Amino acid sequence: MGHAFSYAGYVTAIWLFLIGLYGVVTSRHLVHLCLSLTVLQASTYVLFTIIGFRPGLPAPIFTDGVTPGSPAVDPVVQALMLTDIVVEATVVALLLAITVRIHRRSGTTDPNQVDMMRG
Amino acid sequence: MTFLQIGVLVLVAVGGTILVFTRDAGAQPIVLSLFGLILALMFMIFQAPDVALSQIVVGAVGLPLMVLLAIAKLRRDEQFLKREKDRERKAQS
Amino acid sequence: MTPKWRLIVFFIGAAGIVCLFALVRAPVLRLNEFRNRYAQQINTRTFAERNVTDAVSAVNFDYRGFDTIGEEFILFVSVLGSLVLLRMAEERKDEILLDALDRKRDVGPSDATRLWILAMIAPKLVFGVYIVTHGQLTPGGGFQGGVILATAALILYLGEGFAVFRDVLSHTAIEVGEAAGAGAFVLIGMLAWFWRKPFLTNILPLGKSHELTSGGTMALISIATGLEVAAGFILLLYAFLQENLTIEGEE
Repeated sequence: MGHAFSYAGYVTAIWLFLIGLYGVVTSRHLVHLCLSLTVLQASTYVLFTIIGFRPGLPAPIFTDGVTPGSPAVDPVVQALMLTDIVVEATVVALLLAITVRIHRRSGTTDPNQVDMMRG
Repeated sequence: MTFLQIGVLVLVAVGGTILVFTRDAGAQPIVLSLFGLILALMFMIFQAPDVALSQIVVGAVGLPLMVLLAIAKLRRDEQFLKREKDRERKAQS
Repeated sequence: MTPKWRLIVFFIGAAGIVCLFALVRAPVLRLNEFRNRYAQQINTRTFAERNVTDAVSAVNFDYRGFDTIGEEFILFVSVLGSLVLLRMAEERKDEILLDALDRKRDVGPSDATRLWILAMIAPKLVFGVYIVTHGQLTPGGGFQGGVILATAALILYLGEGFAVFRDVLSHTAIEVGEAAGAGAFVLIGMLAWFWRKPFLTNILPLGKSHELTSGGTMALISIATGLEVAAGFILLLYAFLQENLTIEGEE
C-alpha cells in the first residue's frame, strides 16, 4: 500500500477527537455531551490500537498455532485499553447520574442554561 | 494497510460523526450501540480480541443501557416537575 | 462564554491540532516503526515464565497488576458516586406515592419474551463464569466476564420486573459482593508478604499450561475482579431503576 495510507489510523484518531470536541462544545443537551465524551474516548482507543499494531503479526494469544515466543502484536497497549473500556462505562454512568441531579435542581438539561455555581 | 483496515477506520470515523450529530435523545442509545459494535469490529481487524470482547460487552450493551435509563429517568422527572407546577398554579388561583 | 465564542475558540484550537499533526512527520508516524521492547519481551517470556497463553491477561493481572487495582477502584468509586447521587430525597417520597395512584400500568412483556428470557439466564451465567475463569488461557478475564454476568441480572429485570429483581438479588448481598471482590484483590496481593516478597508477587504454584490452574494467583485475581465488576454493574442498575419504579407506583 502507498506510504500515505500508513497515516490513516492517525487521521481517524484526530478526526474522532475533533468531532467529539465539537460535540462537547456545541451540545444543547447534557446527555448528548456525555456521548460526545464517549467519542473522544474512542479516539484514544483508535490511537492505541494503531500504536500497538504490527502488520502481518497475529494477536498475542499463544494457542492454536501461534507458538509461544513468536512475535505478536503489542499486548501492553491492549491491556491498557481493556480495563479502560469497562471503567469508562461506569464513569459515564456517574456523569449521567450528575445529569439527572442537575435536571432535578434546575429543571433544564441545556448546558448553556445551567449556572448553579454561585460564589 | 489493507483495504479492510482502511475501510473499517473510515467506518469508525463516519460512525463517530453520526453519533455526535444525533440530537434526538431517543435515538442516541441505538446509535451508540452501533458505534460500539463498529469499534469492536475495528479491534478485531487490528488483532486485539480481548479488547473487542470488552468493547462488545460494555459498549454495545452496558453503556447504551445506562444512557437509556438516564433518558427514561429524565423524562419521568420532567412529567413530575410539570405536574408539580400545575398543582402550584391551581393552588394559587 | 457565549456559544458563538466557544465555537470560534474551538475552531482555532482544531486548526492548531491539525497544524501540529502536519508538522510532525515520518519516520515517527510510519506504521511499522514502533519497536516496543517491553512488549516484545513480554511476548517472548509470558509462556516460559508464567505458563499462561494469554499475554494480555498476564499483563493485566500479573506484570502490571498494581495498575489494575487502581482501575478497579476507579470503578468502585464511580459506582459509589452514582449510588449516592441517585438516592431519593426524603421529602419527595410521600408526594410521589400520592400521585402514583392515578397512573395506568405499563404493559408488561409478553409470555414468549418471558419464556425466552428465563431460558437464557442460565446459559449467560455459565458463559460469564467461563469467560472469568478462562482469562489466562483465551481472550477474557475478570472485566469482560463480570459485565456478562451483570447482563444476566439485567435480563432478569427485563423479563420479570423490578419486584422479582429485588427479591432475587438483595441490595445488601450485592454490596457485600462488590466490597468482597475489591478487597480480595488487595488481600491476594498481601499474601505475598508472608513469603517476604513484594506486593502482588505471583506466589502460588504455576500449574500446567493450557489448564485452568495455570498462572498462579492470576486465576484468583480474575475471579475477584469478575465478582467486583458484576456486582458494580448490578448496583448501577439498582441506582437507576429504583426511583423510576417508585414514580410508576409499582412499589
